[in-house]
Amino acid sequence: MTLARRIIPCLDTDGARVVKGINFAGLRDAGDPAELAARYNAEGADELVVLDIAASRDRRPTFLETIRRVAAELAIPLTAGGGIRSLDSARAVIRAGADKITVNTASVERPALITELSREFGAQAVVLAIDAKLDSISTAGSGSAAPHWDVRIRGGRDSAGLDAIAWAQHGVELGAGEILLTSMDRDGTQSGFDIALTHAISSCVSVPVIASGGAKTPQHFSEVFSAGAADAALAASIFHDDTQSIRALKQFLASQNIEVRLPC
Amino acid sequence: MTSTSTVALIDYGAGNVPSVERALQKLGVTSKRVTRPGELAGVRAIILPGVGHYAAIIRVLDAHNLRAALLDAIKRGVPFLGICLGLQALYSCSEEASSLAGLNLFSGSVRSLPTTAKLPHMGWNRLHILRTSQLLAGVSESDYFYFAHSYAVAPSPGSNEVVATCSHGANFAAVLEQETVFATQFHPEKSGAAGARLLQNFLGLAARMSEPA
Repeated sequence: MTLARRIIPCLDTDGARVVKGINFAGLRDAGDPAELAARYNAEGADELVVLDIAASRDRRPTFLETIRRVAAELAIPLTAGGGIRSLDSARAVIRAGADKITVNTASVERPALITELSREFGAQAVVLAIDAKLDSISTAGSGSAAPHWDVRIRGGRDSAGLDAIAWAQHGVELGAGEILLTSMDRDGTQSGFDIALTHAISSCVSVPVIASGGAKTPQHFSEVFSAGAADAALAASIFHDDTQSIRALKQFLASQNIEVRLPC
Repeated sequence: MTSTSTVALIDYGAGNVPSVERALQKLGVTSKRVTRPGELAGVRAIILPGVGHYAAIIRVLDAHNLRAALLDAIKRGVPFLGICLGLQALYSCSEEASSLAGLNLFSGSVRSLPTTAKLPHMGWNRLHILRTSQLLAGVSESDYFYFAHSYAVAPSPGSNEVVATCSHGANFAAVLEQETVFATQFHPEKSGAAGARLLQNFLGLAARMSEPA
């Protein structure tokens, strides 16, 4: 008996609709969140993540309604995030039907938020989202072989001035129960997960790590589980546009002797 | 609907109360949220959902005077299902909040899982079924259930209530069943078709148990 590796589809929304696009540029509609949620639930997804990538204050009620509609379709856990800056905004998301919440920029700006959320909802409900980008200057300058990843905030636009490994470890000490790790270098490239980054973080923290960014083929998932030591892997567009069915992906992973929960 | 056909969901503010409610609705069962002892009178079954910190569940049970009413209902044979913290609350105490007394229906303490494995134990895992169980009818060791916890109960040789274990760094109690008391460390309301099956089994047992002899 060991934990199965998890496959997690992600719904990036503008609050109401699922959208596709890189860095908010050229967003296009990718469907209704509740319809996609129902499909993934039936196909054997292990969890679902729904994010409000706009996270504007006036769209908040719309996003909460989206969470309610998505949760109603699921018999699997739901994580929601985007714009959670306080205990109150987290509570609203959990009351709407989310089992876990993700925090990113707000927790970099005020790390105590992680502890407040963990005390209120339990560590299992607090997912620290880290957007990491390879810092080429330090890698070239130090002469050392060990790469360094910088934490990016505000949708990847700004540097947080933090080392991704150190921030992940600190986040866990503060009370995060899981890390959602996105490689900014791979996100949107479909060239595979960042194995070195995922392994570096996964081997340095005591909580599960969800790898994100760059997935396209079943082989990419297999690599991030075996070489990357990821506990879960997340992807968005390849599932939305039917490039990859979750069922077929899990059958492939099972054939590679990776433990997955096969849908019946 | 009469009160005797009602399933009571103890609402101590846990995040998973709405999920359990929805899961029951999908099985065609309406539940009522209970926050006061008087509301437990005449219910056909009781579900104690829970997720998060052990202290939260125990404090609210005591603050709302639910402890005695809950134990009384269980002793009268009202079918009971504890979920996650709702399982842990049935034991004497927990390392997570050692100053608080549990419901002490079963002896033993809740302890942290070994830190040699990643904690929380989060995700889908399988059961090792120790003996025949009504709650697990139709469930096999190839079915996966969703877990999200860092604390658990180690099964001791004398603990007859444990019908299935799971393993994450160490073996722990995953399913309890003793007469009309049932509990799961995992979340059946989040465990897809296998979880729905288990909830259906509990509702079926509750319906049969509440029939006049």
